[in-house]
Amino acid sequence: MDPQASSQDRTLHERARLQWQCRRGMLELDAMLQDFMDKRYDDLTPAELQAFEMLLKAPDQLLLDYLMGHAIPIDTEVANVAQQIRYAAGP
Amino acid sequence: MDGTVTDVGVQPVTLARRQFDSLVIGAGGGGLRAALQLATADANVAVVSKVFPTRSHTVAAQGGINAALANVLPDNWHWHMYDTIKGSDYLGDQDAIEYMCRSASHLVYELEHAGVPFSRLDDGKIYQRPFGGQSQNFGGEQAARTCAAADRTGHAMLHTLYQQNIHAKTHFFDEYFAIDLIKDDEGFVLGALVLEIETGKPLLIEAKTTLIATGGAGQLFRTNTNARINTGDGMGMALRAGIPLQDMEFFQFHPTGVAGRGMLLTEGARGEGGYLINKDGERFMERYAPHAKDLASRDVVSRAISTEVREGRGCGPDGEYVLLKLDHLGRDVLQKRLPGISDTIRTFLHIDPAEEPVPVFPTAHYTMGGIPTNRHGQVVVPIDQGEEVIPGLYAAGECACVSVHGANRLGGNSLLDIVVFGRAAGNDIIEYLSNNRYHRRLDEASVDKAVDHLQRWDLQGEGESVANLRNELQLTMEKYCGVFRTEVVLAEGIEKVLELQQRMADVRLQDHSRIFNTARIEAMELENLFDIAVATVVSAHARQESRGAHSRIDYPERDDVHWLKHSLYYKRDRRLDYKPVTLKPISVESFPPKERVY
Repeated sequence: MDPQASSQDRTLHERARLQWQCRRGMLELDAMLQDFMDKRYDDLTPAELQAFEMLLKAPDQLLLDYLMGHAIPIDTEVANVAQQIRYAAGP
Repeated sequence: MDGTVTDVGVQPVTLARRQFDSLVIGAGGGGLRAALQLATADANVAVVSKVFPTRSHTVAAQGGINAALANVLPDNWHWHMYDTIKGSDYLGDQDAIEYMCRSASHLVYELEHAGVPFSRLDDGKIYQRPFGGQSQNFGGEQAARTCAAADRTGHAMLHTLYQQNIHAKTHFFDEYFAIDLIKDDEGFVLGALVLEIETGKPLLIEAKTTLIATGGAGQLFRTNTNARINTGDGMGMALRAGIPLQDMEFFQFHPTGVAGRGMLLTEGARGEGGYLINKDGERFMERYAPHAKDLASRDVVSRAISTEVREGRGCGPDGEYVLLKLDHLGRDVLQKRLPGISDTIRTFLHIDPAEEPVPVFPTAHYTMGGIPTNRHGQVVVPIDQGEEVIPGLYAAGECACVSVHGANRLGGNSLLDIVVFGRAAGNDIIEYLSNNRYHRRLDEASVDKAVDHLQRWDLQGEGESVANLRNELQLTMEKYCGVFRTEVVLAEGIEKVLELQQRMADVRLQDHSRIFNTARIEAMELENLFDIAVATVVSAHARQESRGAHSRIDYPERDDVHWLKHSLYYKRDRRLDYKPVTLKPISVESFPPKERVY
């Protein structure tokens, strides 16, 4: 990343990068992750943000299991974010 | 432009170039199967994918893969071939279908040996489940032909193929977006201009062969089951390169998707006793299909829902959907028999299906049409009385039209299609490479054109937004080119889509940064969707018959005399052409068209 970029730019780039990590192979994941980005991203604490990044590294099927509550991530912070995503999904 | 790109507000940068024997665009099952074939033959192969490869849409394929292994019930490839031709409503090319069905068992065993964890029978053989449209003995008893790795077959296949490619040293360009094909005056395809999403830098990938494997275009419609990445980028690139798209009027819909969001609610919901009602609480399927009612075939149910909504009997504040009633089944039955559906409904609608009816609407699922290819994966276009191959260009999977699905695809045949024709394309490319050992001279005019295309998105100022225009396009396609099709509706659809497409010229991006500028990617995805939308609605308007997934209310019958032929749509002048269906298989007797009764 450009070292000259302002911190505001960096924040925008960071958001855009995560936004692209939310593009997945399944509609269900796209929908849940997009709802979460729209509703919750701005309020995430640094720890939650880190947990969100870790969660996004999971393969799609496992991520779906986490988000639908069929499996629970071992890391409690990651599990907490997965639950938040589930609650943020929908209308 | 002399091979340089001017970065807006920054100094000019040189266009980076890389050379490979073979370029594969798209990292779903089709692209990865082809890449594997090439890499194991020691070809220098690059795979470009706009998302991380294992996030390709193949991962969402749950059903399984068809092969006549006869592990559960008697079966053979010839019966599978018959079922596929019948399912295609006789629009499938019988040579390609024979090739696919004959190869199926071999390819499933190959996947098994590569590590796909297929579900097993007690005797250790691969388990096979029955699926709609499968028969024994040419239309007899139900067959059991679908091999599955639990409910995550696509996921297992994709991960296995990816790992094998890593092992075979395939070069991956992850998170690179393909913009345009590079083509010379003699018609040879020489690679593609791509964009690194992270840095916003263009890269020219020169290759002796280019395979398009970019998947389907479900994002044409507001209500669809597809991942957001399914914007038909390869089809758009082909159209811009002067290549037609074949049979685009054939799009598979499922009758019951979550209204406004698209998630599939399987037939199982109605199979267990769920039924549909309109705003008056009427069980309207009794009018459309007095005997089968809610269990009528997919197209009948889809059209009935669409008709109810069009005629003002839809539910909700805007009357845009009907309701699927499940609450009478009781919480226990829902939890036991329909847990997945219940989860989906609760998560995305915040509705408890045991308490309230569920808003549903037909949801777009699969693109039968695509880039015309032969069974070797070579892209072919009509010339005089025959066809000619576009040298150096291949296509496989949902973006291609080979055509094994014809007017409608059978469950379990899409995962088969991608591995069979991904591999076939790989084999043909290996032969092509042995006869074409050197890179051809790059056509700089074609490169400049692709760079200009990219730079169009640097225009600044006030203008339309991509998101608004995409929403309008999806709504228009749903309303005018969905499951309810008539002359009047489709003619209006063409007009409206073209009007919207003109507004693309006024779109301006607000974000002109380079790093992870997803707005720019979304703008180019929308360009692709527009070209494909026009292809789809123009082809649908022209076809005056009902066949497979293309159902015309004003022409309710299949018309083999006039329409047993493939449509070909060209972007230039929005011209339509037609070519005959290949009714002659490779080694067996032809299956002549007959009425399709299940």
